[in-house]
Amino acid sequence: MPKIKVNGSPQEIEHSVTVAELLVLNKVEMPDMVSVQLNGEFVKRENFGSTVVKENDEIDFLYFMGGGR
Amino acid sequence: MTLNDQQIERFSRHIILNDVGVEGQEKIIAGKVLIIGAGGLGAPAALYLAAAGVGTIGIVDGDEVDLSNLQRQVIHFTPDIGRAKVVSAKEKMELINPDVKVITYKERVFASNIADIIKDYDFIIDGTDNFPAKFLINDACVLAGKPFSHGGILRFDGQTMTYVPGRACYRCVFQNPPPKNLVPSCAQAGVLGAVAGMLGTIQAAEALKYLIGKGELLTDRLLMFNAFRMEFRTVNFRRNADCPVCGSNPAIKELKDCEQAVCELKQK
Ligand SMILES: [Zn+2]
Repeated sequence: MPKIKVNGSPQEIEHSVTVAELLVLNKVEMPDMVSVQLNGEFVKRENFGSTVVKENDEIDFLYFMGGGR
Repeated sequence: MTLNDQQIERFSRHIILNDVGVEGQEKIIAGKVLIIGAGGLGAPAALYLAAAGVGTIGIVDGDEVDLSNLQRQVIHFTPDIGRAKVVSAKEKMELINPDVKVITYKERVFASNIADIIKDYDFIIDGTDNFPAKFLINDACVLAGKPFSHGGILRFDGQTMTYVPGRACYRCVFQNPPPKNLVPSCAQAGVLGAVAGMLGTIQAAEALKYLIGKGELLTDRLLMFNAFRMEFRTVNFRRNADCPVCGSNPAIKELKDCEQAVCELKQK
């Protein structure tokens, strides 16, 4: 099973998955709420469904956070 | 500038630091920092910057103090309810340090006024509570070549990054605002008061480090923490060539108010 790193933690996936599928697997209910960085490059939102995450990839979900008051 | 005896005593715990010293303290006193938002983030930032001796502090906020603010906006006290936040904040800062010059702006930032407000400052702190303002501050600072600290909080979470010209900006990471109402506000979702304090003081520390020109700023990285698990994490990144404001072919060349409807259209 491919081993990847999600938000710095090791994770095993059953097979290669797309960014969109990985968001679902990680229970990110609203993909519009995150920016995704894969191996140091930001993935365009329109490419979430077509970008494949492979063995040893490192992926980070960065959440929009708008509060401050 | 020469520090007088009172200043040497007041700032002795700074001056004794090898990386600050008299020279660093003089830079802090000569510094001009603008705080946009006198709320959860702006309140602790303003208190610490005034205490640190920042010579000129601008504070921008159009609101009055409300009872529900007092759980976290520690610069405002119970008798301040109903008073302008910028006036309340100015009074407290001047009580902490009578030498600080506080300039108040009782207004919100818009595309029409922000360039003029930020132009005289060395460093800007984003303490706002909505995405249109956060993206506007980013764009204004990138276009004007001004460093700033981004801050966001929600529930038990906080995030912050520092922009300096030439390094990654907020849009490099978060291209465009998320669709309206998808991301809850603190008013809708709540926030632990101390989380605002944790983040606002990080922003104040970044401003001070920028002024003295020492240490590692939060540039090209986003610091995130969750106070519920009390875990901190930093994610590194680089400037994004596709960034809509600082990329190689930027779509944003002038400031626009990001009406949420417009932002939503851009997303599609
Ligand atoms: Zn950028």
